[in-house]
Amino acid sequence: MIDVIFLQFLNGLDKGAAYALIALGLTLVFGTLGVVNFAHGALFMLGAFCAVLFRQFLTLETVTVDPSQLSPWGTPLEVRAPLVQAWFGDWGAVLVNYSVPASIIITIPIMLLIGIALERGIIKHFYKRPHAEQILVTFGLAIVAQELIKAFFGPNPIPQPMPTDLRGAADIGAWLGMPANVITYPIWRLIYFLFSAVIIGGVFAFLQFTTFGMVVRAGMADRETVGLLGINIDRRFTIMFGLAAVVAGLAGVMYTPLLPPNYHIGMDFLVLSFVVVVVGGMGSLPGAVAAGFLLGILQSFASMTQVKALIPGIDQIIIYLVAVVILLVLPRGLFGRRGVMEA
Amino acid sequence: MTLLKRGPSRRRVLQTGLAGIIATGVAPAIFTRGAWAQEFCNNPTGDTVTFGLNLPLTGAYAEEGADEQKAYELAVQHLNGEGDGGLLPMLKPSALKGNGILGKKVAFVTSDSQTKADVARAGATRMIERDGAIMVTGGSSSAEAIAVQGLCQEMGVIFMAGLTHSNDTTGKDKRRYGFRHFFNAYQSGVGLAPVLAQEYGTDRRAYHLTADYTWGWTQEESIKNATEALGWQTVQAVRTPLGAADFSQYLTPILNSGADVLILNHYGTDMVNSLTQAVQFGMRDRQANGKDFQIVTPLISELMAKGAGESVKGIFGTSNWHWNLQDAGTQAFTKSFGAKYGSPPSQAAHTAYVQALLYADAVERAGTFYPPAVIAALEGFEFDGMGNGPTLYRAEDHQCIKNVLVVQGNESPTSEFDVLNIVQEIPREDVAYDPAMFGGDLGPAEPVPMCA
Amino acid sequence: MGVMSRKDLLLFLGFTVTVLAMPIWLQPFGAAYPDLLQRFMIFGIFAVGFNILFGLTGYLSFGHAAFFGVGSYAAVWSFKLLSLDAIPAMLFAIVVSGAFALAIGYVSLRRSGIYFSILTLAFAQMSYNLAYSVLTPITNGETGLQLTLSDPRHLDAAIGQAAGGQPIPTLLGQSLGGFAGFYFCAGFLILAFFIAQRITGSPFGMMLKGIKSNQTRMNYTGFNTKPYTLAAFVISGMYAGLAGALLAVTDPLAGAERMQWTASGEVVLMTILGGAGTLVGPVIGAWLIKYFENIFSAINEGMLHRFFDFLPDGVDSAFVAVTRKFVGEGWFLTLGLVFVLIVVFLPGGIMEGVRRIAGLFSRSRRAPTVPGQAVRQPQPAE
Repeated sequence: MIDVIFLQFLNGLDKGAAYALIALGLTLVFGTLGVVNFAHGALFMLGAFCAVLFRQFLTLETVTVDPSQLSPWGTPLEVRAPLVQAWFGDWGAVLVNYSVPASIIITIPIMLLIGIALERGIIKHFYKRPHAEQILVTFGLAIVAQELIKAFFGPNPIPQPMPTDLRGAADIGAWLGMPANVITYPIWRLIYFLFSAVIIGGVFAFLQFTTFGMVVRAGMADRETVGLLGINIDRRFTIMFGLAAVVAGLAGVMYTPLLPPNYHIGMDFLVLSFVVVVVGGMGSLPGAVAAGFLLGILQSFASMTQVKALIPGIDQIIIYLVAVVILLVLPRGLFGRRGVMEA
Repeated sequence: MTLLKRGPSRRRVLQTGLAGIIATGVAPAIFTRGAWAQEFCNNPTGDTVTFGLNLPLTGAYAEEGADEQKAYELAVQHLNGEGDGGLLPMLKPSALKGNGILGKKVAFVTSDSQTKADVARAGATRMIERDGAIMVTGGSSSAEAIAVQGLCQEMGVIFMAGLTHSNDTTGKDKRRYGFRHFFNAYQSGVGLAPVLAQEYGTDRRAYHLTADYTWGWTQEESIKNATEALGWQTVQAVRTPLGAADFSQYLTPILNSGADVLILNHYGTDMVNSLTQAVQFGMRDRQANGKDFQIVTPLISELMAKGAGESVKGIFGTSNWHWNLQDAGTQAFTKSFGAKYGSPPSQAAHTAYVQALLYADAVERAGTFYPPAVIAALEGFEFDGMGNGPTLYRAEDHQCIKNVLVVQGNESPTSEFDVLNIVQEIPREDVAYDPAMFGGDLGPAEPVPMCA
Repeated sequence: MGVMSRKDLLLFLGFTVTVLAMPIWLQPFGAAYPDLLQRFMIFGIFAVGFNILFGLTGYLSFGHAAFFGVGSYAAVWSFKLLSLDAIPAMLFAIVVSGAFALAIGYVSLRRSGIYFSILTLAFAQMSYNLAYSVLTPITNGETGLQLTLSDPRHLDAAIGQAAGGQPIPTLLGQSLGGFAGFYFCAGFLILAFFIAQRITGSPFGMMLKGIKSNQTRMNYTGFNTKPYTLAAFVISGMYAGLAGALLAVTDPLAGAERMQWTASGEVVLMTILGGAGTLVGPVIGAWLIKYFENIFSAINEGMLHRFFDFLPDGVDSAFVAVTRKFVGEGWFLTLGLVFVLIVVFLPGGIMEGVRRIAGLFSRSRRAPTVPGQAVRQPQPAE
């Protein structure tokens, strides 16, 4: 039994890491800019498609028709040869194999640009407008982004294989001195967990220990005063939005081997991430992270047959149920401040 | 302000633009229908007859929907005497002439059902009421099929189901106006069990993950019955929400549950995800009870196998049809489809194509589009040449009784399409069953309801 | 409140005529077929009801589709158990969805702002997920609840009415298919509009608007605002139930998808697109979105080619290639773009656009109050 609980806990951490990472970006935007960003799921999706794009570029092929051979349905066979992969010589195959982690290189600048363009182009005009309008305009943007992706990449999921060396499961139990094959867990999921932890830690350190972060935190607390001190807070907020977009994008890239991305993947995460953010308390970074892990772990345990036997269907509603209970007991979520988003 | 004019002028552009489009495209359909000279719904009075294609072009089963659309376009071409004729000369007996249906050219309209029953039904209504569809066909989920065939019964329009695998479609929810060529979950279980016994033995402990809705339940029940009859034990049957995407929380409890076979009652992207993730959890490298751990996917298609890639190798499942069959019908269809689209047809495409042909043939034999006459022509129709061997459209439940294929993920594919191998063709006598087994009531064919 | 003011009366009459004449004036737009007209009416009612909560009190519910779905299920169960007549089904649906709204509203209204939105969303998603899975004995899961020949229909059986053939809903023995169904729904939309108009103008409506502009101040002046918001929530839940029941009357199937959060989001979009807080706006928003969904999505390449036929060769292909991204399957993209533009430039929705244009014309003559604009607060609240 202990091994089952341990595994389920591990799985909860793994799911929680994904939730926390998405909720972190959402909170970053809300906490600094005061904007409720319904396009955050779309940014996650765009990040995932950076990986798709990168892989499609690497695997571009030349097609030649060979009339001497026939396809199974009797037409001349199309012979395909790698094009881009060949440019890199021996490294080509390695690069294709590691395309998902390698695509981080292009994801960071692309997402930064998208984020900054979005903030300068549209979001900044909505700082002083009601939250309902922020929700609506970002929701509209999310629709546009996902429909554009659908128009170019089609409606179906596009699988992104993980590097061959990182497939399969690691025997964690053996590392902890247990017998072999008792606690095994997929390597990529462990990597995703570590990756999330690093990013979350990085964002916290950035805000806590750099001057830039200090100014941003000051701006979060009192924007006007910081402005009066002659600090250009607007520019810093733009960068923060870009940073949030990068965090969302990276979360998307690394998630692709676990779930083949399609245009709709962001919307599926959006509702969930909002529940996480609200449970954590609007605008609270530690709240978002804590709520992410809490909901991940609870969801994992609620899916156990023993629990489902007690309360049928609990695995389908646990997240929402927890959200309702927490909001009724703690009016502003786990770590929410007074007066945020209540009117 | 400049924006003051932008709003209305944009709307006006849209309106006039649409009025133009509609004047050219939609209006004729309305006017021809205004003739009211029909004694049944959408009696074609002009020189064309319209099929309503209700296809999931987005959502979990979108890939099947897109393939079905290709097949329908091909079928319409062939019915109109264009292209290479495909399966038209193969159908035996056949009344098809290759000049449309009863001399009328075949046209079609499409609607995206989004893999949702509600939307599918709205789309079917739209195609019947606005576009004058004489017959509705398509769909890639049992929920859609059952919802739409109920509607068609109310409207008096024949529904030729596409890919739908639930026992209920021709069982408790069967309808007089609905017909299914595809096989069902019960037949999957009966067909698959002997192969499983032969490959994995009769002493196995199975763990089911089941999509938590009616199709999943009927398949779980059918497979459970079939495997338990072999002597297998069922450790646990766990229901997962449809579209769960991340199945990891359901996979972890399997690892140390004492089970040595995982049966995935999922379909579409759900199956691709759960199978891939199960393999990532190392399930295929494990040992349990001194045996190699195995995964079984009772219903699998080429499209899903392609999506799952490496993970599907060596895994057993069942299919309605496969393009690698060696009979003349299959080869003709594969050739025709491959030449046009550059890829072999999936089982969804095949069933869609065959359904379109069977409807056209039934109308030709009946000599009229009058639905009760067409229904009578389809009921009890025995035919061959469509790639599934001799086939009977059973009158009692409108289920086609034909061979079922047991397939296995190809260990060494020679091309990206060569993902499944045919292990065995189960003869139709073995998968036939009592039509009364799944209950239901077809309802009457007459009086023919009138649609608006 | 005695008689209606002249302005309200004109608005009401204008609305009634517009609705009843829809089969005529929508003919050139290709939308004058019964199924779509029925949907125009049904989603019009849904949006008008949603606006009573959101437009008047400012509480943004993200779970209204749950009441819509519950209304549908209740109506279908009434068809199955009681009678195929539409009247008991609708009454039953309104009562059940009202009770459901009372329960959810009572809990959710303990919080405000986005916390309220998330609570309603959570309740609706729970309803949806349960309807799909463990509640299947009641909802028939993803297959949807349908009528069958073997349903008991106790009331019908008691008065000896045995329908032959596939059971379909009726009104006093009269079939409700086609245009009869449309006029049946149209009657309810007009009634719903009338009630909403009276609510907006009543002291109760004033109270709700007061809550929207400053709830704290209302509380300090000694009002307990909770009963008022709860009443608004329940009324709008009953509207949603009515709309859901009508959808089941015109097409007797209830599926769980209509409770999903995307369906809740759709009614929010409709209301804002048309103009939250106005009477006519939400209805126009509903019509526009349904028109897009049904007509725009059905435009295919062939139609575009015919439309651009007058252009020279090559040019027309280019036009077709560009426009086809925006119609057919791409209709949602167009909707998203329109949506962004409207929120950016016309925060009050289409009705604000109408008012601004009307204001341009009438500025010289009189003060900028305009017919068709019953509420002076176009801004949706937070």
